[in-house]
Amino acid sequence: MNTLLISIAVKHLLARKRQSVVSLMGVVLGVAFFLAISTMMLGSEADFIHRLVDNTPHISITDEYRNPHRQPVETAYQGGAVEIRSVKPETETRGIRGFANILDYLRAIPNLKASPALAGEAVVSFAGKDVAISLNGVLPAELATVSTIQSYMTDGAITDLIANPDGIIVGSELMRVLSLHVGENITIAASTGQIHTFKILGVFHTGRASYDQSEAFVALKRVQSLLGRPNRINSIIVKLADPYAARDMAARIEAHIGYKAVSWQEASEDIMSTLMIRNIIMYSVVSAVLVVAAFGIYNIISTVVMEKQRDIAILKSMGFHAVDIEWIFVTQGMVLGLIGCATGLPLGIAMMLILESFKFHVPGSSDPISLPLDWSWYQFVIAAAFALVSATLAALLPARKAAHVQPVDIIRGAA
Amino acid sequence: MTVVLRIEHMTRRLTGDVPVTLVDDISLDVRSGEFVAITGPSGSGKSSLLYLLGLLDRPSAGRVWLDGIDTGGYGDDELADIRLAHLGFVFQSHFLLPEFTARENVMLPMQRLGRLTQSQIEVRAQKLLADLGLGEQARKYPHQMSGGQSQRVAIARALANDPKIILADEPTGNLDTKSSGVVQQILKNLAHTDGRAVVAVTHDPAFAALADRTLKVVDGKLAAP
Repeated sequence: MNTLLISIAVKHLLARKRQSVVSLMGVVLGVAFFLAISTMMLGSEADFIHRLVDNTPHISITDEYRNPHRQPVETAYQGGAVEIRSVKPETETRGIRGFANILDYLRAIPNLKASPALAGEAVVSFAGKDVAISLNGVLPAELATVSTIQSYMTDGAITDLIANPDGIIVGSELMRVLSLHVGENITIAASTGQIHTFKILGVFHTGRASYDQSEAFVALKRVQSLLGRPNRINSIIVKLADPYAARDMAARIEAHIGYKAVSWQEASEDIMSTLMIRNIIMYSVVSAVLVVAAFGIYNIISTVVMEKQRDIAILKSMGFHAVDIEWIFVTQGMVLGLIGCATGLPLGIAMMLILESFKFHVPGSSDPISLPLDWSWYQFVIAAAFALVSATLAALLPARKAAHVQPVDIIRGAA
Repeated sequence: MTVVLRIEHMTRRLTGDVPVTLVDDISLDVRSGEFVAITGPSGSGKSSLLYLLGLLDRPSAGRVWLDGIDTGGYGDDELADIRLAHLGFVFQSHFLLPEFTARENVMLPMQRLGRLTQSQIEVRAQKLLADLGLGEQARKYPHQMSGGQSQRVAIARALANDPKIILADEPTGNLDTKSSGVVQQILKNLAHTDGRAVVAVTHDPAFAALADRTLKVVDGKLAAP
């Protein structure tokens, strides 16, 4: 029975080869473009997030609290209208208190790496010029595991700081501004007034000029003594095996330790919402291609229904049910959708491969870059499902019309 | 001979701005093996009567019994099932599906009914065509055949599910004299040799003369022939 309906449907399509092929092309191109465009968009998003995730700590814990301490009276009269005037916050020594315990807690969490740091303001004086920098005291061996800074080193390595506690790693921009060379000594004045001379052991170049000028890395102990804050740190950098777990993990850590723990998603919320909007736009545009293709299918099946009124009438008078007739025409839409997928998916893959092979130069960049592409099985599923569903729905309207043809009306007119 | 088709006080009205009565209070029995001709002037309602007999249209009043079964309360799908198994139609136009060969057209009702296997269906279709002198034409498409041949294919299709009742609406209306004679003879044999009930609407007095009984319809009513 079903094969009978399918064979009638296929014969209808074959009887109008040219129109069938044209409406098929709509689905094929729709599916292919859907894949190619979504691949580029996902690729650029992944590339963007990759850079974002790599260059910022997945979670950074600072010596701040998200909310000010509650006053005892607020705890005692919860929900009451309490007003306290002229509250002066308690004077505290800055820094994360009990950081050794916190680090022990963090390091007990699987798939998580944490490294303490103490950052402070300092001024580099060289050849009559003063440049303000942020001096980061780090544990070099640990920093290499939680930060990508090592991959930006153009000279030396971050771990060189282990061998020489008076060494410093600076950015390429600072080197340029002060005409420095690796191996030279520079004098740094901390905000406390202490002065220390460091030897330049390495240079990094991230491409972000302000970062390359204002950040410098030295051994943690050295910064602690320079800033007069021995055995203190003011931030912990956390790296996760799964960056997308950062938001939940940050909340969990913050709930446990009390200090503010900011995930990269929270720190880049504006960018994440921009990416979201971009995705919505992308899916609207490529879906529109498939919707247009669906109109093509609607068009051909409406035409077939119009032309096949006599056939519909005789089939119904013969004893075919209305639902049989509906199936014949819905099947035509499904067949077009299926063949469209079967042809469009490989074509889409071919387009992806061609896009992947493109290399071009961006003005101002020395290296040729290729398009960032990213694909996963669910894109194929979305493309195929959307094509099949839209083709079937497009066929459904004319098919319903066909099902309601009254044989007598046609036979009377045709006689 | 048993009554296979009975209508009682059948009326069909078209409602609208100008109501029209197509069939007006007709009662009729058709027996198996009987060849009944329905004649009458154009627009008299004879085709409308045939469509009502064939369950293609629903009466405004009155009832149709088919093989003793009252079809009054039946839905569209149930009526379609009865048409498929018990009724065969031949129209003025052959109404063959153009994308299917003669044999495939004959196979359609059997495939829809699904009582026989595919190979049995093929054999039966071939036999039906051969019986009507179309054994050689089985693989031809409708556009490759003459009007008379196509109409005979349509008769073979009407016979596909071995119905007890054959309803023909001006079956010779589009044919030349020779083909017309062949078709008339076939229809007559279906009644007298095979024992089916055959009801044919016709304008042709020669065709009507072959019938066991001729009914004349004028203004939707049965008139004396």
